[in-house]
Amino acid sequence: MHGIAGMIARRLGQLVPVAIVATFVVFSLVFLMPGDPAIIIAGEYATPERIAEIRHLHGFDQPMLIQYVNWLWKVLHFDLGTSLYSSEEVARLIVDRLPHTILLVVYALILGAAVGIPLGILAATEQGSTLDKIITTTASLGVAIPNFWLGIILVTFFALTWRIFPATGATPFWQDPVEAIYYATLPAIALSTGVVAVLARQVRSALLEVLGSQYIRTLRAKGLSSGAILWKHGLRNVAATMLTITGLQVNRLFSSAVILEAVFAVPGVGSLISYSALNKDIPVVQGIALMLVIMVILTNLLVDVLNAILDPRVAAST
Amino acid sequence: MTDTDVTTIPAARTAPTRAAPPAPARFGFWAWMRSDKRAAVSLAYLLLLVATAILAPYVAPYPPNEQNLLDLLMPPSEAHWLGTDDLGRDTLSRLMHGSYNALYAAFLAVGIGVTIGVPVGVFIGFVGGWVDELISRVIDGILAFPPLVLAVAVTGALGIGLTNAMIAVGFAFAPVIARTMRAQTLVVKNALYVEAAQGFGGSRAHLIVRHILPNAIQPVIVEVTLMLAVALLAEAGLSFLSLGVQPPESSWGGMLARAYHYVEVAPAQMFAPGLAILFTALAFNALGESIRVLLDPTIKRR
Repeated sequence: MHGIAGMIARRLGQLVPVAIVATFVVFSLVFLMPGDPAIIIAGEYATPERIAEIRHLHGFDQPMLIQYVNWLWKVLHFDLGTSLYSSEEVARLIVDRLPHTILLVVYALILGAAVGIPLGILAATEQGSTLDKIITTTASLGVAIPNFWLGIILVTFFALTWRIFPATGATPFWQDPVEAIYYATLPAIALSTGVVAVLARQVRSALLEVLGSQYIRTLRAKGLSSGAILWKHGLRNVAATMLTITGLQVNRLFSSAVILEAVFAVPGVGSLISYSALNKDIPVVQGIALMLVIMVILTNLLVDVLNAILDPRVAAST
Repeated sequence: MTDTDVTTIPAARTAPTRAAPPAPARFGFWAWMRSDKRAAVSLAYLLLLVATAILAPYVAPYPPNEQNLLDLLMPPSEAHWLGTDDLGRDTLSRLMHGSYNALYAAFLAVGIGVTIGVPVGVFIGFVGGWVDELISRVIDGILAFPPLVLAVAVTGALGIGLTNAMIAVGFAFAPVIARTMRAQTLVVKNALYVEAAQGFGGSRAHLIVRHILPNAIQPVIVEVTLMLAVALLAEAGLSFLSLGVQPPESSWGGMLARAYHYVEVAPAQMFAPGLAILFTALAFNALGESIRVLLDPTIKRR
């Protein structure tokens, strides 16, 4: 296990610059705002004294780099500031809402992998068949369809017409897991289409590449059955690719969740960030963007570690 | 228009890295269209869409903002082919006008991504060293963000509106393009013909503009075409969230938001804008895939 521990240490080292840039991007959002941030925070009708006070309080009168370091210091102590709109603590807001988003994303990821990977395997083993053509065509539809439109269609049929699923809303997972999953089903389906499509495509082409390689041909010549080739050699060699691509989908899912949470009125961080962006509530926007980018970075790390455990050569080579 | 068969182009078949000397891509346009029916249909559809976007004020049956309060949320009829929305506005006319915003948004976002990404990518790939190291880390940092989350955040900071929203999307695209461009520049810059040009005393600027850029840009062309679909979907999504196109201007995403609001009264209203987004995204994707095959015939054989 020494190799894996070493790999994790090296990966963490590589993540430091990425984290610095990502946090700096989040921090500098304030500077993109037209006008003086102190005036925005103080409100339109604040007195010049009050504005000056706030400018000093928030450190807007200091050099940008100092401000960044101060901001980062606070962030590292879970102080993300307060909402300009509701004056609630941003960290509190995020902690309350993040579980809804995580449930949706994990649910969609499981659905996407459970449907997409078998479809990709099926398409690769039946390459050129009608089934393969149906799968690849459906996959190109899956990447082009607007998720939120699919969400609206699902609501119309499954909630409003047939009344199988609730149209909108959510239940906290720890209160009632079954109810929570029931509520999350329609949005998770709408969310998962992109993942299904990407995984089906990528698994198909990765598997085709492996199945077309020299050593598989040798195995085939030695008389190994195609079932044994697929399960013992083909899939084992694309496992790492599958895992990596599945991990990369977390990024896409957080993006889609921003819109889908609005469609399904899910009280997660996705609906909160768009609502806060509309209201120019920058501390909340910053807090959520920061939280999501950290989760993406950690997911990538997790995928690397899993890959290294699956295949020790990876740990040795990086 | 020369009628050469696309599949016989002496292109990068033997050198998939494209470090080969500049093979002049003299393909016949019509041969390409004939060899890939899906690309032909997509291109025809997109040209029609561009024409619609430009000519909407002249060919749309009604002005896009004309309200007819006696005909609210009407189903499709002879007078209103796609029905009317909650303010009695003609859906077909709004769809036609919305195509302008959709295309404007897609090209603006991708244009910003290219304008930042291509020069940065070529530059860091060419100079290498600590500059490359530093900027590559910045690229990694921006790429870690879920793109739409970054776009929503930047739009929130800049202020809502279509142009700001697309600047934000373009900002999310730039690092993707820069990374591809950098990788290609690394491949091309050590090619013999670049060294030869250098030997003849070509300046850095000359090398980059005349030799590296034209040979490194091919994968970016494919990437950019596929990005048009992503930008289109982003515009629809951001306008759906009211962060993009502002009412009363029409956009497909905004139309979907209104249709969703009245979905129990007039469910038919949600289909046309959704299909418009889907078809346009499909067309950009099909065109991008077709260009990919065209530029690298080795893919086709897989």
